[in-house]
Amino acid sequence: MTRIYLDYAATTPTDPEVVKAMLPYFNETFGNPSSIYSYGQETKGAIAEARSKVAGLINARDEEIVFTSGGSEADNSAIKGVAFANKSKGDHIITSSIEHHAVIEPCKFLERQGYKVTYLPVDEYGLVDPDSVRKAITDNTILISIMHGNNEIGTIEPIAEIGKIARDAGVYFHTDAVQTVGHIPTDVNELGVDLLSMSAHKLYGPKGVGALYIRKGTKLFPLIHGGDQEKGRRASTENVPGIVGLGKAVELAQQGMTEEAERLSFLRDKLITGLQERIDHSRLNGHPVNRLPNNVNVSIEYIEGESMVLNLDLEGICCSTGSACTSSSLEPSHVLLAIHLSHELAHGSLRFTLGKWNTEEDIETVLNTLPGIINRLRAMSPLAKKS
Amino acid sequence: MPDPTSLYSEKVMEHFSNPRNVGDMENPDGTGHVGNPVCGDIMELYIKVDNNTITDAKFKTFGCGAAIATSSMVTEMVIGKTIEEALEISNRAVAEALGGLPPVKMHCSVLAEEALKLAIDDYLAKRDKEDGENE
Ligand code: FES
Repeated sequence: MTRIYLDYAATTPTDPEVVKAMLPYFNETFGNPSSIYSYGQETKGAIAEARSKVAGLINARDEEIVFTSGGSEADNSAIKGVAFANKSKGDHIITSSIEHHAVIEPCKFLERQGYKVTYLPVDEYGLVDPDSVRKAITDNTILISIMHGNNEIGTIEPIAEIGKIARDAGVYFHTDAVQTVGHIPTDVNELGVDLLSMSAHKLYGPKGVGALYIRKGTKLFPLIHGGDQEKGRRASTENVPGIVGLGKAVELAQQGMTEEAERLSFLRDKLITGLQERIDHSRLNGHPVNRLPNNVNVSIEYIEGESMVLNLDLEGICCSTGSACTSSSLEPSHVLLAIHLSHELAHGSLRFTLGKWNTEEDIETVLNTLPGIINRLRAMSPLAKKS
Repeated sequence: MPDPTSLYSEKVMEHFSNPRNVGDMENPDGTGHVGNPVCGDIMELYIKVDNNTITDAKFKTFGCGAAIATSSMVTEMVIGKTIEEALEISNRAVAEALGGLPPVKMHCSVLAEEALKLAIDDYLAKRDKEDGENE
């Protein structure tokens, strides 16, 4: 059976060109970049080149990029790093209730260390109100962290507006841009951010590598102490193949970004409209317009997400759900609850995230397959008859 | 050997894909309705009883793959059993009959056991009431 992968927000396959660029750095050009002989200098050069590519994509300076082990480390570094380094200035952090766990959990950890955190609510589409950010700022606020594009419901936040507010108040501003870098423009100056997290495996790069943009002059402590790699901002021998892969992925993303975003938006809208036409008692989650080009998130009433995902998998279609049944905590997705979905609607959510290798035919297949599955599950549901 | 590429055992997937005894029942002798306090899922189980033996069972479930498979399995196990025998069916027995469940999914089998117990309780309560009326 040919499988249709529609979970690109979870991870992307590494582009064959990226793999090709990485391969020599495993056993040919394998030197430790800190070594002064030629092997070392070769890898040092490769890292510098990748750094320039990443900086170029987000309109930063090379020295403002720190490579990390991924998006989660970038988020943790930004939040804990700023919190610890600016303790004398204040102890208050502002974030939203729909952030990725890699932002929410460090914030909760900091709360246990005595910091204060405001989790701003969002509206029914998942938007943070910039005005609520302004109102939440106090003399003790040291950091604002609001994600660029939400990984579950695809809503794109008004980062540039919040950036101006942060700038005016003199508060550091971090954005988790893991879902947007390489997919839509992420110019750090236009967005007005001081810190920005990204991850390679969400843009056809390898897993285990990411980067944190740190605007020059931003005060933060490193998360990992040790050697003086990354100018002392992140110890550990560099993941050279990974960094080269990230560089290559960024280069490829930059080349066709506008066209690919348009192509995906078209497929996305086709899927959204098709689902709305063919499935009654369903709703779109997330913002109808300010939305990641590749994200479709719907709630199907009266049925549960895991059983839909399993049935789709049996038909060769891979997607995900925010149902409580698939989370290890058995809680529904905090994002879906934050946009005021009932437990039941959160249970019945399905997320399709499209990517490079999806075609119009894939969308047709989903549209032809899903209604049958839904009918079967609804026939089995004790909730359906009550409608 | 569990299949490393699948969340569930083959038996679970088989019952999940072709659940037995799905649907409503006209004039059931006992009805069990449970909501799962852990993840919020719902199950309804109906039984027909003749001469102290369960002759038919039907279910409806709003829940995950494990919940659907255990519902299906419990209806299959219970048909043909006496009330006393049926009361002995534990959630572990249902899970075992399905070739095991992932630990995080054991609570779903509790749903099936409870629905069955409630359906039997309902039947017994109705019978006692009828007996009382007939006296
Ligand atoms: S019914 Fe929710 S986890 Fe099984």
